[in-house]
Amino acid sequence: MDSIKLHYDVSGNDFTCAGEASGKIKRELKGLGFPNDIIRNVAIAVYEGEINMVIHAGGGVIDVEITPECISLDLIDEGPGIPDISLAMKEGFSTAPENVRQLGFGAGMGLPNIKKYTDEMVIDSEVGVGTTIHLKVFVK
Amino acid sequence: MTVKDFAQSADLKFICNEALASERNIDGCYCGDLLSWVMSKAKENNLWLTVMGNINSIGVAVLTDVACIILTENAPLDDNAREKADSNGVIILTTDKTSYEVAAQYSKLQ
Ligand SMILES: Nc1ncnc2c1ncn2[C@@H]1O[C@H](COP(=O)(O)OP(=O)(O)O)[C@@H](O)[C@H]1O
Ligand SMILES: [Mg+2]
Repeated sequence: MDSIKLHYDVSGNDFTCAGEASGKIKRELKGLGFPNDIIRNVAIAVYEGEINMVIHAGGGVIDVEITPECISLDLIDEGPGIPDISLAMKEGFSTAPENVRQLGFGAGMGLPNIKKYTDEMVIDSEVGVGTTIHLKVFVK
Repeated sequence: MTVKDFAQSADLKFICNEALASERNIDGCYCGDLLSWVMSKAKENNLWLTVMGNINSIGVAVLTDVACIILTENAPLDDNAREKADSNGVIILTTDKTSYEVAAQYSKLQ
């Protein structure tokens, strides 16, 4: 099969829409017959990425490329950027405001979860410019 | 054990998708309110016990494929969350018991 390319917009500051892209990607992968654990890993990583775009970056876009061997994802935003990436990757580190915590987010588990559920994770971020997270999940 | 069976024995009330409950099997149980945490730890077909009844809880339930959400201590379900649960086939129940009490009940029936 040729690679399949998908594109999703994540709107900023709208919690009611967060989870939409991950839900759609999940259904897409199900339809293509990928194994459940692979689908779950991708869905969790995308969900955390979406939530981060909403909380921290005012929205963004997600580009997906699917081949039988690998699911590649680019999570792209033009938000404030991440000043210290290794600090941001620490479990429990969060700059999320109180109103976000009351919704059950802001545990500082998002980026560590993304790392845990993907095979490759590269963060490109520049303060004042934006953040792009490149992810790969291999289908073993 | 199905969600229907457990609802009866633990005296839980359905708020969404009762019709799906006799087909949905339960395997294990997870308690938690921090959504990212639940997202990474809850397993497929778990009972999920929480006080978090907002729309993002529904997203988490869909993505983790838990058997159902049980809102404990009479925690409220937001209207937009109810709509999303209905359209996504997420089973939601409610009880005045604590998460601990419901989990203990499940453990007894194991
Ligand atoms: N897309 C992003 N743009 C700007 N900052 C981000 C982005 N994603 C994550 N961060 C920063 O990294 C921190 C840790 O992220 P994460 O592990 O997802 O935890 P949480 O979202 O719960 O705060 C955030 O609190 C925020 O400061
Ligand atoms: Mg996060």
